[in-house]
Amino acid sequence: MSERQIQLEVLRYNPETDSAPRFQTYAVPCLNEWVVLDALNYVKENLDPTLSYRWSCHMAVCGSCGMMINGEPKLGCKAFIHEYGDSIRVEPLAHFPIERDLVTVVEDFIAKLASVKPYLIPREDQPISAGEFKQTPAELMKFKQYTLCINCMLCYAACPQYGLVPEFVGPAALALAHRYNQDSRDGGRDQRQEVVASDEGVWECSFVGACSEVCPKHVDPAGALQQIKVASTIDWYKEHLMPWVKK
Amino acid sequence: MSRKPYLREVPKTTWFLRQPRYMRYMAREVTCIFIFAYTFLLICALGSLADGPDAFQEFLNSLRSPWGVLFNLAVLVVTAYHSLSWFVVTPQAMPIQRGEEFVPGNIIVNAHYGAWAVVSLIILIWGM
Amino acid sequence: MEIIKTDVAIVGAGGAGLRAAIALAEADPKIRIALISKVYPMRSHTCAAEGGAAGVIKPDDSLDLHFNDTVGGGDWLCDQDAVEYFINEAPKELIQLEHWGCPWSREPDGSVAVRPFGGRKIKRTWFAADKSGFHILHTLFQTSLKYPTIQRFDEYYATDLLVDDGRCQGFTALEIRSGQMKQFQAQAVIIAGGGGGRMFPFTTNGAIKTGDGMALAYRAGVPLKDMEFVQYHPTGLPNTGILLTEGCRGEGGILVNKHGRRYLQDYGMGPETPVGQPVLKTMELGPRDRLSQAFWHEQKKGNTVSTKWGDCVLLDMRHLGEKKINERLPFVRDLSISYLGMDPVKEPIPIRPVVHYMMGGIHTDIQAATPLPGLFAAGECACVSINGANRLGSNSLTELLVFGRRAALSAIAHVQSGLATSNDAALAAKAQDSENRIRALFAKSQGTDSIAGLRKEMMHTMEEGAGIYRTGEELAKTCDKIAELRQRYAGIALHDKTSVYNTDLLQALELGSMLDCAEAVAVGARDRTESRGAHQRLDFTARDDQNFLKHTLAYYHPTEPPRLDYLDVVITKSQPGVRDYSGAKK
Repeated sequence: MSERQIQLEVLRYNPETDSAPRFQTYAVPCLNEWVVLDALNYVKENLDPTLSYRWSCHMAVCGSCGMMINGEPKLGCKAFIHEYGDSIRVEPLAHFPIERDLVTVVEDFIAKLASVKPYLIPREDQPISAGEFKQTPAELMKFKQYTLCINCMLCYAACPQYGLVPEFVGPAALALAHRYNQDSRDGGRDQRQEVVASDEGVWECSFVGACSEVCPKHVDPAGALQQIKVASTIDWYKEHLMPWVKK
Repeated sequence: MSRKPYLREVPKTTWFLRQPRYMRYMAREVTCIFIFAYTFLLICALGSLADGPDAFQEFLNSLRSPWGVLFNLAVLVVTAYHSLSWFVVTPQAMPIQRGEEFVPGNIIVNAHYGAWAVVSLIILIWGM
Repeated sequence: MEIIKTDVAIVGAGGAGLRAAIALAEADPKIRIALISKVYPMRSHTCAAEGGAAGVIKPDDSLDLHFNDTVGGGDWLCDQDAVEYFINEAPKELIQLEHWGCPWSREPDGSVAVRPFGGRKIKRTWFAADKSGFHILHTLFQTSLKYPTIQRFDEYYATDLLVDDGRCQGFTALEIRSGQMKQFQAQAVIIAGGGGGRMFPFTTNGAIKTGDGMALAYRAGVPLKDMEFVQYHPTGLPNTGILLTEGCRGEGGILVNKHGRRYLQDYGMGPETPVGQPVLKTMELGPRDRLSQAFWHEQKKGNTVSTKWGDCVLLDMRHLGEKKINERLPFVRDLSISYLGMDPVKEPIPIRPVVHYMMGGIHTDIQAATPLPGLFAAGECACVSINGANRLGSNSLTELLVFGRRAALSAIAHVQSGLATSNDAALAAKAQDSENRIRALFAKSQGTDSIAGLRKEMMHTMEEGAGIYRTGEELAKTCDKIAELRQRYAGIALHDKTSVYNTDLLQALELGSMLDCAEAVAVGARDRTESRGAHQRLDFTARDDQNFLKHTLAYYHPTEPPRLDYLDVVITKSQPGVRDYSGAKK
């Protein structure tokens, strides 16, 4: 098995001892098929047990291990060592406050996720005894892509708007609202509009598109946001130019 | 409380220098300055047209000056880039679903190129 | 110490915990609910489950069939009254999930689709592409956001149950981000903390699966049941242990050895079925324990493929075609390409059995209640038992829903039954003891043992002695080793003695949980001198219904190995029979 010596430069921060974050470098013997997360685990197990970071599934589905690797938002478990040179810089996810080492404070994201009412608000009630809501494969395809978000927040780290305007609801939360808006069983779009179509909602977005570029699950949140803008604009015109038409 | 979350500053004016994709975005956005300038030019054209045939001829002459030609060339290049960069992202903003499949993005983009070419051709011929 | 008062506190916010929380909120908007988890809910390992959730809805299926498949699959160690309840509730729960927005895959007519799964006579596994657990978890989490009465405490690690007056009245928990201990005072506690597969070196389980919920109850005197039954999933990636869902085989994937032979037919699961046309309950759709055991035998015979990651067999899905793989198994394709550099559309994928699920856990009755009043448990951490000696694929996701809800109903009944008052002073004193136990870890000075070192030794001995095939000799060694590790663990010191997000401390506590649970596994396995389901012994190869048609109960001791007791299995309709997975009779 091929081995490489990698210099892992990790941004450390301990609020009890540090006034500001500082880099610490570790020499890690890596196997070529490793991911950066494997290198971090090596550090923690063999070199420095005080290094703190989040991880769990190691298969890019739990969304825990988002971090900046050579300045790019990535999942630690999907950043392959063989794609990098001999020196790799690891920092906590951008645009979130640092709690400790690679652990960020994510409460803002959690709050924004909840604010868009990301749950099914059924168009019509149906008892369990009546069985499932019918939904054709075509109807499922309409929103399926937007169900794939693992809440890893790489999009928030990539979005320059979120970095400059922290009130921005953000890519993942708005894409999740779109997921429900597009679901044929849902009738809650109006209830979500207050947050979704607000100034801090989709209208804060200027379609940089960085979010979709970094998304590890190809959710394309940028697309979702533009689609919301198009739909909201059409609504606005209908409401003002054809008020006799019910939505 | 021993917690002391550390907020990393985002540079307000030079943030776009941090990543190549941000620079590409700014390039796209900067094109609108040129488009605005050209719009202003067109308004001047309308204005000079209203002032009579002499004024309009003067205006046309100014367009033929070295600066005029340079400006128009620059606007042509920039507007082309502007349009192309927006064509490319249109499938994201307006996906077309046919049954269980989505129309491939490049078909939508190519349709835009096609329409652009046709309209340009019509205007060029009509203009001549 | 800050005291957080609530009515029902839930430890663990995966599928079972979230389902319980929602059930509580829906039943009574006046009930205060505290949902505690050491990770944010969407990180729970439910997200990694791929294949699907079983429930009877199609007209050609019947509850009896689901019952028989489950009981037979569990090698008759399942409590049949519990299975009866489970299969009856299953369809309702799955439809409820659909009503909450779960994106189940569909038939062309718009009804929910089902796929074949191992050990089942009829296909009844509801699925959402090959990310069923992910979609179930996110549907539950997002639905839980509807209810303001569910108060979440994200990234809190529960440390000790508080038991007073013979009742569970809450627990202490570490707020990970601040390092502060808090006391949760509740009239009912539901543990839904998941399994403990990380005690083995080779597992599909994520880092967080360290048996903390099981250890919590165990240390409070609640027995752990049937711990020796550990399921190996037949198809895991050889380098990382990453799961390739049983759905691969449900859709028609085949398993071949290095000679290209579909070897399962040599182990009672033949005759060989046509490629791409799986026949339920035979060949590649046999039960997981049989498939994993077949691998072990093939390895001994030298029929496995030697790869740089060890011995493997090959999972061949090429005949499914790119379209079907992209539609039904896109995640599997992505995982193979990413982590192995191999595309299942073009080449067979090397796989091997990896530890996946623990059938055993906290002893509960059919209503999710533990023997300790006020304490309930649901999900993988619990053992009702509906899975018996071997779980059928796609029963676990359904189990989360059925027993998550059941635990909530039991908790409500307990709360509404009018309880005696609590002795606040006594509880506070116990909470302080708990905090002192944690603080003691900070006071110790460096010895020769490290957390990572002890963990490696534990994983090694578990794989050696308590793996797919076991012997009395190896198990005895493992029991001794674990006992030794527990002793050495008592002297462990922390490198990181700070308060904010101290993962050195977390890993130390998780190691403690794993060692306690591992001992229950090893001792239970050593004393069960028969082979049944996932517990296979080379020195006792037959199933012994005379002596062992009963559950193992392990009772915790702080320094000694657990004391074992036994509990008869509840048999109602199905007498122990032969598990026949051959297609011959069909």
